[in-house]
Formats: sequence, C-alpha cells, structure tokens
Amino acid sequence: MYAFNVASLIPALPEIFMAISGMVLLMVGVFRGDRSTRAVSWAVVAVFIVTAFLISRVSGPGVLTFDGMFIADGFAVFMKQLALAGSALALIMSIGFNEREGIARFEFPILFLYATLGMMLMISANDLLALYVGLELQSLCLYVVAAYRRDDLRSSEAGLKYFVLGALSSGMLLYGMSMVYGFAGTTRFDTLFEVLSSSEVGVPVGVLVGLVFIAAGLAFKVSAVPFHMWTPDVYEGAPTPVTAFFAAAPKVAATALLVRVMIGPFGAMFDQWQQIIVFVSLASMALGAFAAINQSNIKRLMAYSSIGHIGYALVGLAAGDKAGVGGLLVYMTIYVAMGIGTFACILCMRRKGRMVENISDLSGLARTNPALALAFAIFMFSMAGIPPLAGFFGKFFVFKAAIQAGLYTLAIIGVLTSVVAAFYYLRIVKVMYFDEPAEALERPVGTTLTVVIGATALFTLLLVVNPGPLLSGAAVAAVSLFGG
Amino acid sequence: MLQVACVFLPLLGAIIAGCFGRKIGDRASQIVCCLAMGTSAVLAIPTFIDVALHGNARTILLFEWFASGDFHAPWALKFDTLSSVMVLTVTVVATAIHVYSVGYMSHDKSIPRFMAYLNLFTFFMLTLVTADNFMQLFFGWEGVGLVSYLLIGFWFDRHSASAASMKAFLVNRVGDLGFALGIMGVFILFGSVEFDTVFPLVPGKVGESMEFMGFHGDALTLVCLLLFVGAMGKSAQIILHTWLPDAMEGPTPVSALIHAATMVTAGVYMVCLLSPMFEVAPVARDIVTVIAATIGLVQNDIKRVIAYSTCSQLGYMFFAVGVSAYPAAIFHLMTHAYFKALLFLGAGSVIHAMSDEQDMRKMGGIWRKIPFTYAMMWIGSLALAGIPFFAGFYSKDMIIESAWGAGTGVGQYAFVMGVVAAALTAFYSWRLIFMTFHGKPRADHHTMEHVHESPPVMLAPLAFLSLGAIFAGFIAYETFVGHHMAEFWRGSILILPQHPSMEHAHEAPLWLKLMTIVVAAGGILAAYYAYMVKTSLPARLATMFRPVYLFLYNKWYFDELYNFLFVRPAVRIGRLLWKGGDGVIIDGLGPNGLAAVTVGLARRAGRLQTGYVYHYAFAMLIGLVGLVTWYLFYGRL
Repeated sequence: MYAFNVASLIPALPEIFMAISGMVLLMVGVFRGDRSTRAVSWAVVAVFIVTAFLISRVSGPGVLTFDGMFIADGFAVFMKQLALAGSALALIMSIGFNEREGIARFEFPILFLYATLGMMLMISANDLLALYVGLELQSLCLYVVAAYRRDDLRSSEAGLKYFVLGALSSGMLLYGMSMVYGFAGTTRFDTLFEVLSSSEVGVPVGVLVGLVFIAAGLAFKVSAVPFHMWTPDVYEGAPTPVTAFFAAAPKVAATALLVRVMIGPFGAMFDQWQQIIVFVSLASMALGAFAAINQSNIKRLMAYSSIGHIGYALVGLAAGDKAGVGGLLVYMTIYVAMGIGTFACILCMRRKGRMVENISDLSGLARTNPALALAFAIFMFSMAGIPPLAGFFGKFFVFKAAIQAGLYTLAIIGVLTSVVAAFYYLRIVKVMYFDEPAEALERPVGTTLTVVIGATALFTLLLVVNPGPLLSGAAVAAVSLFGG
Repeated sequence: MLQVACVFLPLLGAIIAGCFGRKIGDRASQIVCCLAMGTSAVLAIPTFIDVALHGNARTILLFEWFASGDFHAPWALKFDTLSSVMVLTVTVVATAIHVYSVGYMSHDKSIPRFMAYLNLFTFFMLTLVTADNFMQLFFGWEGVGLVSYLLIGFWFDRHSASAASMKAFLVNRVGDLGFALGIMGVFILFGSVEFDTVFPLVPGKVGESMEFMGFHGDALTLVCLLLFVGAMGKSAQIILHTWLPDAMEGPTPVSALIHAATMVTAGVYMVCLLSPMFEVAPVARDIVTVIAATIGLVQNDIKRVIAYSTCSQLGYMFFAVGVSAYPAAIFHLMTHAYFKALLFLGAGSVIHAMSDEQDMRKMGGIWRKIPFTYAMMWIGSLALAGIPFFAGFYSKDMIIESAWGAGTGVGQYAFVMGVVAAALTAFYSWRLIFMTFHGKPRADHHTMEHVHESPPVMLAPLAFLSLGAIFAGFIAYETFVGHHMAEFWRGSILILPQHPSMEHAHEAPLWLKLMTIVVAAGGILAAYYAYMVKTSLPARLATMFRPVYLFLYNKWYFDELYNFLFVRPAVRIGRLLWKGGDGVIIDGLGPNGLAAVTVGLARRAGRLQTGYVYHYAFAMLIGLVGLVTWYLFYGRL
C-alpha cells in the first residue's frame, strides 16, 4: 500500500502548487468580489509561469509518485509547458474581452486555472483512473467556461451540447477502462504494458474492445472525426477567448493523453490501434478540409481547421515511432502558436463595440489595417503549410515520419487534403487583400492583443531561422516516452 | 580572339539592348547595337584575309558542350574559307541593315527590342556558319528561326503579322524536324556529329543502307535528303516555301536581313558545307535540283514581289548545289545578299516615302521625287536580272552554265528552268520598277504631297550595298569560281572529279552567255511593253486567261492546299483536344471537376452538422460501433 512520504510528493509539486494557488485566489475573489478580477487574472497567469518553471525543475527521467499513478517525464514536461503557454496566452487575451463585454467575473481565471490543472494531471497520468480524474477535472471546468456567457443563447447552448456529448464520451471511456481492467486485471500503464506484451495467446478480445472505447473517448476530446460533431457548434457559440483556449490547451493535453495511452500501455497492440489512428486521421484531414470550405463564420471555420490539424498531428502518432511522436510534438507546438495568434486576430474583429465573426467582415482589411492583415495573412499561409512559415515544418515532419513508417497512402492523402484546405485559408487572404474594403474595424486593438499577435506571428515567421531548440526538445520528449 | 569577338559581340549588344534597353534609352540602344555589329564586321575583314586568302583555316575550341557516352559536341568556332566568306557577307550586310534600321524604325515604340533582335539574329547566324559540328549548326539554325519568328511578329498587335510569324515558325518546324532526323541519322551512321570526324568517313559508307519508317534505302541518300528537308524549310524551297511571302509582314530591314540576305541562304550554306556528303549521294542532288524550280508571279505587294524573287534566286543556288557547283552557289549567295538587301532596303525607302503604303497599285509616278532610291532600285534590279557587269550577272551566269555543263538530264532541266526564270525575274523586276516609279500617280493627293527622299542614315547603307551589287561579282569572280578556285576553297568544299560541271562551265560557248542576256533583256522589254506602252494589256490578259491569272495570283493555291490538307485538320484536332481533351476530360475531371466535387463534398459535410445533439451522439455511437465491428471481423487477422 502507498506509504505517505513528503519527499515522494516532489514530482507533483507543480500541480500541488497550482491547486493551492487556485484555492487562495478563489478566496481572494470571494472576499474582494469582481473588482479583483483583473488582479486575479494576472495572478493566474503568474501561477502558470511559476508552474512552468517548477515543472522544468522537478521532473526527471520517468519519476513516479502516488503509487505509480503519476509520472513526470520529459514528455510530460514538454506537453505541460505547451499547455500552460496556451492557457496563459488565452487567459491574457480574455481579460480585455471580458471587461468590454461586461462578463468579467473572478471565477473565470480560476476556472482556467483548474482546467489547466486537470490537463497537467492528464498529461502526467500513469493509470487509467488518474487519467479519468484529470480528464473530468479539465472537462467540468471547460463545460462551465463554454457556457460562461449565460445570457447568450449560443453560449449556453454550446456549453450544454459540450456537456451532454462530453458525458457520453466519458461514459465510453469508463466503459472501455472497465473492459480493459476486467480482461487485463490492472489499470496501471506500466503493468498493463507488461501484461499485454507477455500474453502468449494474443490480446484478449475484451481488451481490444476496451481499447476501441478508450480511443473513442479520447478522440472526442481531441475532436477527431467521427467524434468531432460538437466542435463547430461549441467553437462558434463559446466566447471567442474561450474558443481560443479550447483550440489550444485542452487539445494539447488530450493529444498528450492519447499518445501516452497508445504508446504506453497499449504499445504492444500497435498493429491494432494503428488502424484506428489511421482511419481517424484520414477522416479528420478530409473533413477538416472539405467542411470548412462552405463556412462563412470564421470561428466555425477555425473549428473545422482545428479538426483538420488534429488529423495531421495524428499522422505522426500513426507512424508510432520516435520520429512520428517527435513530429506530432512539433506540430502541436506550432499549431498552438498559430491557433492562438489567429484567435487573437479574430478578437480584433470589432465594429461599433460589437464582435463581428464573418469572413466577409475582413474585406479589404489590408487597406484599413495593414498590420493586422499582414499578421492574419502570416497565420493563414502558415496553416496552409506554405514554406518557409512554421506550419510547413509541422506538416513536413509528420509526413516525413509517415513516409519512413511506410504509410504512403496516409501521407499522400494528407498532402492532397492540405491542398484543399489551402483553398479556404487563402480565400481569407484574398478577401483581406483583394476585396473592396468593408467598414474599418475598431482601433486600437489593445496592448495585450498586439503583443500576443506580434509574438505568435514572429514565432510563425522566424521559426525557420532557428528551429533547432524546438526540434531537439521535441525529440528528447519523444524519446522519453519510449523509455529510452 | 578576334574571331571569338567577331561572333560574340552581337550577342553582347543584344543582351545590353534587350535587357537594359528601357534604362539606357532608344538612342543608346541603337548606338550599342550598331557599334557591336560594326566592330564585328570590321573584325571579319582581317579574318577573311587571313583565313581565306592566306589559307590559315582554324578551329577555335571554346568548351565541351555535350558529353554523354559516345556522344560529344564541343562548342567551337570553325573558320575556313567557306565560313569566313559567310561571316564576312553576313556581318557586312547586317551592319548596313542595322544602320538603315536606325532611320527606318525611328518612329517605332520599341526600338531597343528591335535592335536587340537584329543583333541576336546576327549572333545566331554567325554561330550557324561557324559551327564545327551538327549540334552547333542546329543551335544556330533554331536560333535564327526563333529570331525570325520574333521579328516577323515584331508588330504583334497586327493580326496579320502574328499569323505570319506563326506560319513561318510552323512551316520551319516541318523542315527542322527533317533536319533533326538527319542529324540523328548522321550520328547513327557515323557515331559522331563533328564534321571533322564525319567527312573522312563518308566514302566508306557509300552503299550502306538504312531502315527509316519501313523504307529500306541508301543510308547517305536518306540522311542527305532529311538534311535537305531542313534546308528546304529554312530556305523556302517549293513545298515549304509558303511562309516566306507572308514573312514580309515584318519590318522591311528584317525582310532584307533575314528573308533575303542571310537566314534563307542558310540552307544553301548547309548543303555546301556538307558537300562531302551530298557529293556521294547523286539521287539526293537530283531531287534538290528538281525541287529548286521557280514560281511565276503577279503579286501586288511590293515586298512580296521581291520575296518571290528570293524564292527563285534560292532556287538557282540550290540547283547549282545540285549539279555540284557549290562555289557558284556560294558566289551567288554572296552577290545575292548584296543586291537583294539593296532591293529590300530600296523598297523600304519607297514605303517610307509613300507613308507606309505597300501596294504597288497605289504607287506610280514618283521617280522624280525620290531619285536616289529610284537609282538604287535600278541597280538592284539590274543585278538581280543578271545584266552584264552587275554582280548578279557573274554569279547567275556561272550557275546556268554549270547546269548546262553538268551534262545530265536533271542538269538540262535545271538549265531550262534557269533560263526561263531569268526571263521571269527580269519581267517582274521591271514590272515593279514601272508600276512603282512610272506612270500616273495612283496614290491620293495627300500621300503624294508627302513623298520625300529618306534621311541620309537610310540612304548611306543603300549606297554602300549598291557598291556590292555593282562590283562584288566582278571582283570575286576569278577567286570564287575561276579556274583556280580550288586554291581558294582549300578543301572546305569537296567536288568529286566525276562532277566537272564547273570546269565545263568555264568552256561554255558564247551563245549561252548571250542567251541569258537576251532573255533578261526580253523580260525587261516585255515588262516595258505591258506596263508602260500598252497598259491595258495586263488587265486584258488577266481577264482572257482568268483561270491562269487566278492560279498564279493565288500562288498556285499552295496556301489553300495546305490549309485544306494540314492547317484545318490540325486546327480541328487542336479544337478537339482543347474542347474535348483539355476542356472536358482534363479540366472536367481535373481542376473544374475536383473543384465541383469539393464544393459538393463541402456542402454535404456542412449538412451533416445539423445542430441536434442526438444526431451528434448518434454519429459518435455509429463511429464507435463501426470501429468495434471492424476489429471483431478484420482487426485480428
């Protein structure tokens, strides 16, 4: 049985720090009221930064704690810091937005904090139960923030839909876990791996079915086809900074979880789950490419775009080796930067004090606000995967890994769908640069947004100059996952 | 070094004027191009003296161009008597035409482009004549074809000009295909494309046979004929001659330079250059001789008249080649370059004077107003008609006498045709002069008032060329085709002793010489009678022999025949491929089809998104069931 020992808590120190900070800030909020919202928000950002720092200090090569339910390895460090960065940037973007929209409540940053804490636990989960607990902590917070704008019909509808479908996916996940436990007799990842790889009669059907259920549950979280249906409605309905948050941090956490579960406990069943991932990846790429074409709402378009991007990232997982996972990590990093940047641009789309969300509202932006149009164009070109922008490298590494793993069909279809997808990205550029100007968007856009857009745009633009640190960091993280 | 500069200076000029013409301006482009050309011509003179007169033939190797397995082609400049004669002729005539263009094109919008093309053309022509192997020859060959196309269509905003340029290009393509096949044949037969390697091997290959498109024939004859097809295209010989009259759509200096003096003679040059091969392929030579027939004309465009005379003059050169009188062909090529350029430039001067009018029916009676041009046209025509002591007399006579001297059946045929052509040439040359300069003015009052002599920059080249047209034949006769011509050509041209047509020509009886003169004079008189004395005669003849007239007027219906046989079917096939192949199949299945499918898929994908939670949940469950089913049935295989 697990013996309590203070020293053994150290690997989980960042998460513990986050949890306690969250409670303290909650108290502050409760006693000071909504006046403290801005202070609490920045405090949460500070907590994210400190946590990121702590994470880099406490983790080692595969340190376990909580009786092996929690793991802090290189993979976890990479993904956690990425998720924290995404959360922090989304939160920063939301401050001004919430104040303008009159929905600035101190609970908002607190919810972000606990959602992020849930992600941390997901990423570090080394047990099916730990996985579930982390996932639910994250999801519950996300349901609330999706419906955060209670008086708005679309926002509450988004929250409710997300909740109902999320519950369904949780049910699938739990059912899958119970199947696996029933047939394999354990929920811990490392022992599961041993059991499944030492089995001489092959993998029991029950475990296989369980794996399918678990994969389906996780695919819901990463919004992969055919478990993606919630995405466009939720992305469109939720307040824009929340959408940005959805597109960045939870995606990172859920992908990390999917990768860890597939490579870790079910590593021996690679041949089986590879088929699921290939199918899901193909379907996501195709749907992301085709369904986005007819969209006129830019947030909805970004929802399909994110589905497509997950498809590309999963190409790396389908390769199932270090190069593939490394490519996936690079892809997610670049995706987070591009996604946050794009949503920051969308947040600038205000006219007469109201948000506008249609692509046509961007008409002639190049003439009314050239700097914003340029940044937007950079993100769109990058998402379309046009060199030398960052998005190209993301695609390049996953496709390279797929080719090396012999997944030619997947790589070729991936490239073809990215051509289709380029259409709607470039259409936005065309609308901004070649259409007759619509009424100018509101200015100024605010310092924080400017900084976020500038930083992400520079990252997207200049990654080509020095991609070394990102590539080596991703490679190290990928290697740690394979226990080497 | 001199020789290299001589060849590459025009290229330099073309690059400067072509790439930076807009920056440096019209005047600077003209200066650069004329300077490059002039320097090149000046350098050609010592080269000619050294190589041709002192016998220092040489080959300057520049670099290895192709090296692939057994296949080699260096880039080298070959200077022997033959090529140095050509270099001299080309550069001198080209210089005169460059200077003339400065005046003639002074009102054009794109002077730098024009000058750059002219320079580029000269460069290609020089690489052609200095080629040391078939590949380089082909390079120059295609190069001049390209520039010819660009220059014919120089005024590309005129529909007729762009149509003519396409016609020239396409007809030449037919010839070039033959040429390319010929080069391949040479490589297969000899294993090399270098002249110095190929020619010594020729005697050993006599009688070898070769398979071509199911034919089994004498290899050398076949190769020579294929190469000759190329020459036919470029030199506008009958069957492939139709592009040349249309090529007169280009600016007049272009007609003079490319379509009279130089490019069109490339075919003649090529056959002379390859004399070691043609000498041993008698059948090929016979075909050359027969094809080089003439074409009688009643054209009304002043430039087209001269263009058809070019066809017939090239015919002379070719049948000279056919009866092994290569030196005579080159001799005529040279004199022809001078007097034909003179005629064209003179015609250009007339057109200039008549405010860009080209139709002779709208000219007349202007000789007093432009006496200098008038005189120049007389000199050119006299030379063309072969009136004694003008350049054309010596060279043309030599050719006709050689044909007579060949003593063969085809030689006799060529001789007769040559004499008839001489009469026709004289007739239509003077028809041109009488219609243009004499009689009552047929132009409107306004134009007549503006008739003026051209500026000195245009007249000076005319005067210069007229010197060539008068004296070139007299000066060069002994050297080129005299009794001691072998010392001059020094093996750059091979004539087998079995083909003594030139020796016989030297012993031609007096009546032969007199006959050609009489025939020419007869032509002139007939023209005088028809167009000066009894001016109603042509019209009456035209109505009396209407079918004949129409047949001639429509150029033997060659264009109509080709239209029917080739152009229309080609257009129809093209339309089929375009509408059916490209439009329906490629675009339909490709870009447009894919786009339509994409849009359709997009609409359907969007329709899936109903907004109902139970639909979404249903999709998830279906997905799950599908995956599980997949595994239960196939996943465990």
